[in-house]
Amino acid sequence: MAEPSTHADPSRSDPVLDALAAAVGPIETSTFRGQTRVVIDAERSMESLRLLKEQGFDLLVDVSCVDYLEYKGAKHRYGLVYLLASTATNRRLTVRLFVDDPDPTVQSVVPLWGAANWLEREVWDLFGIRFTGHPDLRRLVMPEAFTAHPLRKDYPLQGRGERHNFPVLTRDDG
Amino acid sequence: MAIAPTEFETRDLPAADGSRSEDYLWTLNFGPQHPATHTTLRLVLKLEGERVVDAMPEMGYLHSGFEKIGEHLTFNQYVTVTDRMNYISPMANNVAWHHAVETLLGIELTPRCRYIRTIIAELARISDHLLCNGAVGLDTGAFTFFLYGFYQREVIYDIFETLCGARFTNSYTRVGGVSQDFTPLVIEKIRSFVKTFPKTLDDMERLLTRNRIFVDRTKGVGVLTKAEAIDGGATGPVARASGVTRDLRRDEPYLAYGELDFQICCASAGDCYARYLVRMQEMRESLRIVADALENLPSGPVNVGIDQRTALPTKQQVYSTIEGTISHFELSMSNRGFEVPCEESYAAIEAPNGELGFYLVGDGGETAYRARCRPPSVLHFALFPHLIRGHTLSDVVAVLGSLNIIAAELDR
Amino acid sequence: MAVITGGNTGKLELPENVFVSKLDELANWCRKNSLWPMPFATACCGIELMATGASKHDLARFGAEVFRFSPRQCDLMIVAGRVVMKMLPVLQRIWLQMHEPKWCISMGACASTGGVFDTYAVVQGIDRFIPVDMYVPGCPPRPEQLIQAIIDLQDKIQREGTITGREFDTAERQRRKRALVEASELLTIDASRNPVIQRELTQIAGRN
Repeated sequence: MAEPSTHADPSRSDPVLDALAAAVGPIETSTFRGQTRVVIDAERSMESLRLLKEQGFDLLVDVSCVDYLEYKGAKHRYGLVYLLASTATNRRLTVRLFVDDPDPTVQSVVPLWGAANWLEREVWDLFGIRFTGHPDLRRLVMPEAFTAHPLRKDYPLQGRGERHNFPVLTRDDG
Repeated sequence: MAIAPTEFETRDLPAADGSRSEDYLWTLNFGPQHPATHTTLRLVLKLEGERVVDAMPEMGYLHSGFEKIGEHLTFNQYVTVTDRMNYISPMANNVAWHHAVETLLGIELTPRCRYIRTIIAELARISDHLLCNGAVGLDTGAFTFFLYGFYQREVIYDIFETLCGARFTNSYTRVGGVSQDFTPLVIEKIRSFVKTFPKTLDDMERLLTRNRIFVDRTKGVGVLTKAEAIDGGATGPVARASGVTRDLRRDEPYLAYGELDFQICCASAGDCYARYLVRMQEMRESLRIVADALENLPSGPVNVGIDQRTALPTKQQVYSTIEGTISHFELSMSNRGFEVPCEESYAAIEAPNGELGFYLVGDGGETAYRARCRPPSVLHFALFPHLIRGHTLSDVVAVLGSLNIIAAELDR
Repeated sequence: MAVITGGNTGKLELPENVFVSKLDELANWCRKNSLWPMPFATACCGIELMATGASKHDLARFGAEVFRFSPRQCDLMIVAGRVVMKMLPVLQRIWLQMHEPKWCISMGACASTGGVFDTYAVVQGIDRFIPVDMYVPGCPPRPEQLIQAIIDLQDKIQREGTITGREFDTAERQRRKRALVEASELLTIDASRNPVIQRELTQIAGRN
């Protein structure tokens, strides 16, 4: 991960991030290949994201998650990634926040962007991150009876045999 | 044709304790194996007679763990899996994947490669729109239109086959370049396609654009307003048909789009008919881009040089220079290939269906630590219940077709 | 209408346009030329399946173009594309809904073996869970390959089919196969075919 830099550097002043820092306290920002990333506090995610939406980021491009279980030097288990964009200025912003086991929970942003509905369901399904305040937090892609969260790093690629667990039909059954 | 929705049908269902009982509603299961869904998705529709009161979409019938495989295959290997993502325009997925990888690795492409990728991405857009609009035609009763479209898709398949040997799942791009350079035969075939395609497009428009039945079945059906499109995260033709003037080709010019002249096609109605029109017009614009890029195709190498150590050197270089030999040797060995930063980046292209992006996390190894795909179809499908409420059962297929939902991209 | 006359010769006389065949053969001939496929198209192969039915390749030339989307009307299921955990119960249910006689073509690497998707969610070959008659390799197979598979299946139906559907009885087929193996030893001493025995016999005949 990049060296975090506190957003106090006046040479990289940015009105949006300044407003965010003023509202929720110091934030970590970094830039890589021209993409601005900001790390916010998971406790105050709703407040921060609402402020960013008011600052013009009206399009939620993606909500995804990274499991840092095997990542060198990672301090937290899960990193949530919100990709925001503005349809007016075409600016993009990557917002990240970290949560940990045993009960990774974060506030749902469905009230802010309708697009978050299914994206958060997918994160819940594949990573097991619970979104409080989500209107309909069910599994999205895996069957309801499935118990694991397959995109976690401690889940094997070939699964744990769930894919072989079906009745076999022969010619006599038909 | 849409029946004017009443107050009850358009929005909220009656509350559980409400005055109206839901008993008279009829539940219809639509899919997951149904010809008109064209893919594997499921809808549970609540009907009041012929009218859809509510729809509950369900997906996951083709979830194959693409993102998990992305953590186990190298950057060049994974391109075969992206082929199978949006399988009606595999070339666009190839371009999207390697665009994201090259953003993470910080590779600057050669001018020729940028143009070649632009051309194939636009051809992929044409073939995608042909199938999508063809399917809308098919579902609303215009089978001939579908056959016209599919015939031209075969021509594009043929171009791709000449180019890279596979007609369908191409796996054409590589990190820092492409697998084959354009040959004169490919250029000739694309030229003849550029010449002959507008006539077919005219024929198709004459068949459907002013066809009374088609217009009646699509106009005013499935209306998505601009605010709803932005709130729901819609991108691509679906958003542009609702008046969102967002197109990554213009807004964040990647590849050669910054140097080419083209229009962004938008509409304001936001209904199925507008989406159809936007796609038809986009095909014309794509054709212009293809023609323009082909005539201005720069000469020079197609892959990045040996010094970048990402694309395999040519055989000539391997046998005659020491750098070429070393580079070939190192790239062929595991753990000696690319220098991957321990960083995260997101890069997206304007795929035929909308914004197709990859969020990549590198950990220094030769595979991605996490390869998140941002699929446009998921967000479009999530909008579906909103679009269909208040319309009739026969409008379901028109709306589904116009959203162009591809299950493999939806579920990954 | 042709009249088959025996007359008083005791011989059966047939007009020129009448053939005598086994009932099995006739049924197979009908079945093989009127296959009604049920496209169980899930992924990429489904697009090639569409290409097979659409212009240029035109499956109608081989008498199998009547795609029916209701399993009750079909006798050939073409599984095109990977089948995942959530889909497999649906596949099995549709297979059970089809009437006998029915056949199944597994189109493409994913349906046959799981293909490149050796992951937690993808079934590693549908033949683990439903019977399959024909496998088509390729990822995805070209339309020509699918057409060849259908022709081969027609051959198979013509050769093996029985009107009572005995060919689907796997236990019966195994028994027949075993019987064939055992019989092959007997065949080698079949007097009429064995040249050694024949020579012996002629020598004996010469001596007499």
